[in-house]
Amino acid sequence: MIMRTTSASSWSPEHAAARVRRPRVSARAVALALAAALLAGVGWAAFAPVRVDSREALFEIPRGTFARRMAGEPAPILPDEISLTLGLRDVLLLRNLDEVPQIFGPTLMMPGQSFRLPFRQAASYQFACTAHASGQMTVSVEAHPATPWMRLGWRARALWRRVWSKSAT
Amino acid sequence: MRRISISLLASIALLGAALAHAQDRALFAGVFDPPRAAPAFSLPGSDGMPLTLERFRGKLVVLAFGFTSCPDVCPTTLATLAGARRALGGQAADVQVVYVTVDPARDDAARMREYLAAFDPAFLGATGTAQQLAKVREEYGIAAERVARGESYAYSHSSFVYLIDRAGKLRALMPYGHAANDYAHDLRILLES
Repeated sequence: MIMRTTSASSWSPEHAAARVRRPRVSARAVALALAAALLAGVGWAAFAPVRVDSREALFEIPRGTFARRMAGEPAPILPDEISLTLGLRDVLLLRNLDEVPQIFGPTLMMPGQSFRLPFRQAASYQFACTAHASGQMTVSVEAHPATPWMRLGWRARALWRRVWSKSAT
Repeated sequence: MRRISISLLASIALLGAALAHAQDRALFAGVFDPPRAAPAFSLPGSDGMPLTLERFRGKLVVLAFGFTSCPDVCPTTLATLAGARRALGGQAADVQVVYVTVDPARDDAARMREYLAAFDPAFLGATGTAQQLAKVREEYGIAAERVARGESYAYSHSSFVYLIDRAGKLRALMPYGHAANDYAHDLRILLES
């Protein structure tokens, strides 16, 4: 009896209609907003100029790597494949911070020595490297993403590599 | 006010020119920092004399590793180096190409002399015993693996080239695939530094 009185006092045709319509309008708005955000994201990825903080891709052999290896501990140094992009990140910088010489990338490096190798041609470069189980390291150098389509692809690959490296660690 | 503006413009132009010059002085090759002394060696040379780096102190040494039966990488590299020396003109006299074999069983001094002369008569080869050559390769971080090719064999070997300065320091490493003009550019910088 009390409940009937309460509901009767708050009910009106406008409220009821609004209650019914509101979810339908919201779903459409959310879908539109998502589509707009996606479009804006794709547009940004295609047209915004690609910038990086440094042209150098730095890889270091940490101090104590040789000792850890001798003790049977895994001591990964370089990824099997390094991806570079001309005009953006196209310089490989290797640094040996360990106490012993290391075959690092393409060459023998003394303790404290660094090696800076710029690339000027898009290609896949194979280097013998004892720091890898396979004995080989690949440096993939891709062309500068000059067009919107190339920028889109470049950003998609960069995102994929980031996700892949995070899931692998 | 006008004088200040002209001075400012001139300063900006000079700064731009200096930056462009600095960029132009950057090597195409990979650079070691700090450079270390190039490991010394003494091997039988293709000219009949012991081949040591000390012999060429005061010159730039371009040090390559390979074998005379190499079907692709070595002929390309040696032809490129010959082109670089031609591009250097008179400065080429200060550049010595040294080619160390990884295949001592087939590459004796006479064979290397004949092979290298086809590219540039000034090139010198170095051979030696398997042990001598393995030690040199180890010190320079050179990989060389014998692979069977039918009834014969070949070598899979490191294809990069070292640039050693007038003082005998290992300054740079040029990966395979660079053009003769890239070598000439870097050799000029090293000759003038």
